[in-house]
Amino acid sequence: MANSPTLLKIEDLVLYFKTMRGPVQAVDHIDLDLKNNEAIVILGESGCGKSSLAKAILRLLPRNIDKYSGKVLLNGTDTMQYSDEEFRRKVRWRSISMVPQAAMNSLNPVLKVGDQVTEPFIIHTGASKTEAIAQAKKMFAHVGVPNSFLDRYAFELSGGMRQRSAIAMALVTMPDLIILDEPTSALDVLTQANIFNVLKTLKKDLEISFILITHDIATSSELADRVAVMYAGQIVEVCDATRFFDKPFHPYSIALMDSVPRLRQVKEPDFITGQPPSLINPPTGCRFKDRCHKRFEKCEEEPPAVTIENHIVKCWLYQ
Amino acid sequence: MDHIIDKNEKAEPFLQQDIRERGVLLSIRDLKIWFELRKFGFGHAGYVHAVDGVSFDLHNGESIAVVGESGCGKSTLMKGILGLHRPTEGEIFFRGESIGEMKSKEIKQYRSHIGYIQQDPYGAMAPFMSVQRILTEPLSINGIKDHQQIQDMVHKALEEVKVFPVEDYLNKFPHMLSGGQQQRIVIARSMILNPNFLVADEPVSMLDASVRVEILRLLRSLQESRNLAVIYITHDLSTVSYFSRRIFVMYAGQIVEKALVQDLLNNAGHPYTQALLTGTSDPDGANAHKLKEVPPGEPPNLINPPKGCRFHPRCPKIIRGLCEVEAPPEFEPEPEHSVACWLLR
Ligand SMILES: Nc1ncnc2c1ncn2[C@@H]1O[C@H](COP(=O)(O)OP(=O)(O)OP(=O)(O)O)[C@@H](O)[C@H]1O
Ligand SMILES: Nc1ncnc2c1ncn2[C@@H]1O[C@H](COP(=O)(O)OP(=O)(O)OP(=O)(O)O)[C@@H](O)[C@H]1O
Ligand SMILES: [Mg+2]
Ligand SMILES: [Mg+2]
Repeated sequence: MANSPTLLKIEDLVLYFKTMRGPVQAVDHIDLDLKNNEAIVILGESGCGKSSLAKAILRLLPRNIDKYSGKVLLNGTDTMQYSDEEFRRKVRWRSISMVPQAAMNSLNPVLKVGDQVTEPFIIHTGASKTEAIAQAKKMFAHVGVPNSFLDRYAFELSGGMRQRSAIAMALVTMPDLIILDEPTSALDVLTQANIFNVLKTLKKDLEISFILITHDIATSSELADRVAVMYAGQIVEVCDATRFFDKPFHPYSIALMDSVPRLRQVKEPDFITGQPPSLINPPTGCRFKDRCHKRFEKCEEEPPAVTIENHIVKCWLYQ
Repeated sequence: MDHIIDKNEKAEPFLQQDIRERGVLLSIRDLKIWFELRKFGFGHAGYVHAVDGVSFDLHNGESIAVVGESGCGKSTLMKGILGLHRPTEGEIFFRGESIGEMKSKEIKQYRSHIGYIQQDPYGAMAPFMSVQRILTEPLSINGIKDHQQIQDMVHKALEEVKVFPVEDYLNKFPHMLSGGQQQRIVIARSMILNPNFLVADEPVSMLDASVRVEILRLLRSLQESRNLAVIYITHDLSTVSYFSRRIFVMYAGQIVEKALVQDLLNNAGHPYTQALLTGTSDPDGANAHKLKEVPPGEPPNLINPPKGCRFHPRCPKIIRGLCEVEAPPEFEPEPEHSVACWLLR
């Protein structure tokens, strides 16, 4: 995997929302790349822009767009140049599908699960209903939902089974990349562990790549090859998962790791004082500086992203 | 702004060694709370056995955690303790007095001794009420009318949850506050009548990791400074050791294991507890490279729970011919540690 080709390369991606009080800078000049069959985790506090980043990649936009720019290269081709029609035909579902935040609640309760799971396959590949059902059965087997559930209604399924069905739906068109937005945060420990087993197996057997969005740091380590930390609309650190969970660089990442309660460790978790800044008129310079113990004069200026042995960190301490 | 809790406040594990000498506050004996299911035209259609034979003692000033999966009956058990659901069977004694025998006026009086942080964060505070009104409401319900006394109590409650300066918050509405600040107001309200017993139903599950720690620290310092007895309900095992003396593990309406926190973490007896421990991750880059050995399946339906041990259909250690036939009694492998599992017979 270390040498496998780049699947997705995001350059200078921007997504601002228009509001009465000014633009919300939810995705603010983000660079990120992902190799084939790699899983990257996007970590960050509520409201830092994680879901907005996913929406910007998949062009799932609300009406109140203030600014949407940058490059999203998929296998070397910039999808931002596609018309909406081209994007829908070539990218969405075919190459990248998404399991949205709270997906288990987004299945229509009064439609049969089978009809919902097969729909994207029929629309995007032109397959017949019979072919689609055969494909859905295959995907149900991958995620561990009994085939008989295709005939059930979503409201009859438990949260865990609905979440698995939502993952099967994202899989049904056999995309290269699945974006999972908080796939298990509403689920129980054992259901969560079972779903992560499913994701690990899919990654190994079907060579799928993942972008996993979550604020649950401990569980994110169940899938991550790499970690990207987002703070106030920007990415402040990207590195290999083993290195990140062992020794993150950015003061925000360090504080975030220190706040994770651990089952098998006595050290008391700590919290980060203060609150994340508003994304309307965020502070100039480093956005974390008001909460940072390591703050110094330099922090009044915007820190550059420095790369130290494949470890990217946006902080003046490492300059 | 308002984050003034001393970070060095506490660093040692939570022991409460002499707690049992302080006497029993709450005693629960074989409690059952069933909900009747009705079908239109057919009448009775069975019961949801939400709490089905729960017994334990809680000591004055003791902090315990109840963990278990969604739907296992945690909130129902707490609502039973609060007198919001009447027991179908069994008894609840508060300082030796049976709640079942109390009249509704006495129940109201009893409830004012208990601080309650309810699970639903959106239902917890009415959006149209200011912080001032949210905090004043429990006082007026309990007949406190003196204006000055009310102001003093509101101020004291807000100071205790470290919301400073108090005046800045009194006229705010919930949507103007961050998740952590909202939860502080909820805690302030639960503490305003000076209870000596707190029931906290998933008080931090909707919050970010860092805010979660902040709120748990606050609850712990209140627990210690006021000598509160606490029942902390959660589905997240990783937070309990910082906060509780004992853990009760609940499965399908029953408590399957009770132990001191460290005994439970190091020496879990019930296969269900062991599965919960395996299922809980610590952040570690190695996790991504191995599958977790957790039982498949889901908790049973509580209308017709499985015969024998309720965990037997998922249990990797099932003893055929026994576990699916007869419900296990509680075994006590060590002091203050009980396990309802035939493996310990
Ligand atoms: N359509 C919109 N118009 C205006 N503001 C928006 C819109 N969508 C999102 N925002 C704001 O953008 C910011 C980032 O939101 P986003 O949903 O991306 O956060 P998130 O990191 O996914 O948070 P969470 O962990 O709570 O899901 C928030 O401040 C949010 O209120
Ligand atoms: N008023 C009621 N009428 C009928 N059934 C109920 C009622 N309240 C709860 N139940 C059922 O009782 C069972 C236990 O519910 P309870 O809310 O106590 O679970 P819980 O452990 O608190 O779950 P969670 O972790 O999701 O909060 C569930 O099957 C629930 O559907
Ligand atoms: Mg989100
Ligand atoms: Mg509950």
